[in-house]
Amino acid sequence: MEKPGKKLREPISNTNLLMTITICTFIGMYLIAMIAWGGGFLNPQQFLDLFNNNAFLIIIACGLTMVMISGGIDISGGGVTALVTMACVVYLEDHGGTVLGSILMSLGIGLFFGLLHGVLVAYLEIQPFIVTLAGMFFARGMVTIVSIAPRTASHEAFLSLKQMRITIPGLGYYGKTGTFIPAQIELGVVIALIIVIAVAITLKWTRFGRNLYAVGGNSHSALTLGINVKRTKFFAYLLAGILSGIAGYVYLMHTGAGDAANATQAEMQAIASNIIGGTLLTGGVGNVIGTLFGMLSLKTITNIVIASGLTKPYYQSITTGLMLCFFILLQSIILAVREKGAIGVLPEWLRPGKKKN
Amino acid sequence: MGSFFRKLTRSQLAIPLFALLLLVVFNLFRDPEFFSVVIATNNDGNAVLSGNLISILNGASAIAILSIGMTLITSSCKGQDISVAAMAAIAGSVFVSVLRSNEITIPVILLAFLFGCVVSVLFSLFNGVLVAVFKIQPMIATLILFSAGRSIAYWINGGATPTVSSPLLVSIGGFIPGIPIPTPIIIMVVFLVLITLVLKLTNLGLYTQVVGINEGTAHLNGISPVLIKLIAFVISGICVATAGCITVCRIGLINHETLLLDAEMDVILAVAIGGNALSGGKFNIYGSIIGAYIIQALTVTLYAMKVPSAAVKAYKAIVIILIVVVSSPLVKEFVIKLNKKLFRKRAEKDVPVKAS
Repeated sequence: MEKPGKKLREPISNTNLLMTITICTFIGMYLIAMIAWGGGFLNPQQFLDLFNNNAFLIIIACGLTMVMISGGIDISGGGVTALVTMACVVYLEDHGGTVLGSILMSLGIGLFFGLLHGVLVAYLEIQPFIVTLAGMFFARGMVTIVSIAPRTASHEAFLSLKQMRITIPGLGYYGKTGTFIPAQIELGVVIALIIVIAVAITLKWTRFGRNLYAVGGNSHSALTLGINVKRTKFFAYLLAGILSGIAGYVYLMHTGAGDAANATQAEMQAIASNIIGGTLLTGGVGNVIGTLFGMLSLKTITNIVIASGLTKPYYQSITTGLMLCFFILLQSIILAVREKGAIGVLPEWLRPGKKKN
Repeated sequence: MGSFFRKLTRSQLAIPLFALLLLVVFNLFRDPEFFSVVIATNNDGNAVLSGNLISILNGASAIAILSIGMTLITSSCKGQDISVAAMAAIAGSVFVSVLRSNEITIPVILLAFLFGCVVSVLFSLFNGVLVAVFKIQPMIATLILFSAGRSIAYWINGGATPTVSSPLLVSIGGFIPGIPIPTPIIIMVVFLVLITLVLKLTNLGLYTQVVGINEGTAHLNGISPVLIKLIAFVISGICVATAGCITVCRIGLINHETLLLDAEMDVILAVAIGGNALSGGKFNIYGSIIGAYIIQALTVTLYAMKVPSAAVKAYKAIVIILIVVVSSPLVKEFVIKLNKKLFRKRAEKDVPVKAS
């Protein structure tokens, strides 16, 4: 019963629907937290600290989004991050390295792992889980070969880079003495946000990005359409590897220490962020903005759990598990309902697209 | 003899067996004494077998048992359960808490094991329902328990790492007096016999593969994919409880953080090294078990070469990559092509000889 002349509304795609749910959940959750607990949640610095503490995770998750859209998986992110932190600290401290050299080194390590995974998965057709699992083992083992003891960076030029803060004008909070403390973000956050935007643009407006969705959705039809499936997969893993390298450097800029226990379970948190953000492991569906909000939701839940007095660490992982469960079930039910086309149950914009004549 | 050899090279077990053989030969060259098995007297005064071979067989038993369940899940659900180690921690915690509230006797141990089994089967069924009914990918569905499982174990233990000590538990985790073979190996063999009987006497193996290869076809043939998947998860739950209880008996305490740490990765590797496709379908239980022994043999070899324990992972990764590269479909195709080329050349040479 559309009015003549009114443009038919595009039905929302699976990718956007799942992403919208995540963003709404995050905003709703944060608003409730602000009203219910106030205090820290009203402080803009605490919101920005979500970014400050997890900039590396955002970068790993961005790389993972591309790999997951192409239908694969990369669980080496945390391992590569730890290896980069340790290698860079040892290079800066023991071998008189420069900041530029350490940045190149982090990129090089990421490139190495990306190349390895890309060649093995795309061209030798080995299961990505096994390849990146081996990559993770290799990286975690190499960290202890480089140095078993945790190391702290004391390189002057690096420390000045580490302590660089960007003040956000107009945002801030009043300290206990009544002085105004402006809100600050770290350099790593800027890098992470640039990467999010770059990946979002790549996925939406470049040929490579569109190929990724095609390959992940159905690699056979992508092949018959003339898309170079192997090369697309290869570049997805290559980029994920390089991003893990950058993530390692961002982690180092945040903590300033190399440790074998750095970024433990970061890969699983990155996968969880992606899932909450609406990226499907089957491939072909996903969005990097959703991933960003997935990560923020995951971390906000942890903050809420702490704010409500459940400070023991096991409450955090149980709530994380429950939240994952909720989102996974929600996605599964929504997708199932859409597939069956339950007309009348869903509002018009949620229904699957009708065939246009 | 020739046909047997050809059959073996075509078999799924060829690569894992070859890898195991390579490890054995390497160790024999490195140290001829490596595989010597001697009868020693342990602290309790029993004559027991000891040696690297025994420690490989003994150490791999938990992973081998877990890999049985994982193979069935992989085959029917086209994905892996990454929460097995966390569930083993839960089962172990239940096992210990039942043992600690009673006097430890054989019936109590059996009861505690039964409780552990029931709990882990319930948790496994939770995964199974998510996977089979809600059609969520196994890795994602099990990510929930992967992240929450060890915390649930922590909660069951009340935040401590309680110990249990009893000669009966020592005999389960170590040696039964009078029998020189470590008990975990015996339990492993019993498990293997049981699963072989189940697969031989029932259609479970066939049905599992059908569901894994084509769910629609299975459904049309009257096989319920949901039921078969749930059965796989139930069997995996029993395997998980067994592996958890063996490990608890071996170390005499339950540490929810370190019990079977990273075992899920080792188990999935065992399944993959055993020649099973992680994308489901055809499976071979024995391949997975051989895979588990390969991983353990590799670890023991690296320890024997005095590689520090934290660095073992790096060397393990290199060997794993080599194994998967050798067994990758493209390399296999290349070898077959090469073989054909050589074979055809010989055939062409043969023809003129016969003609003349």
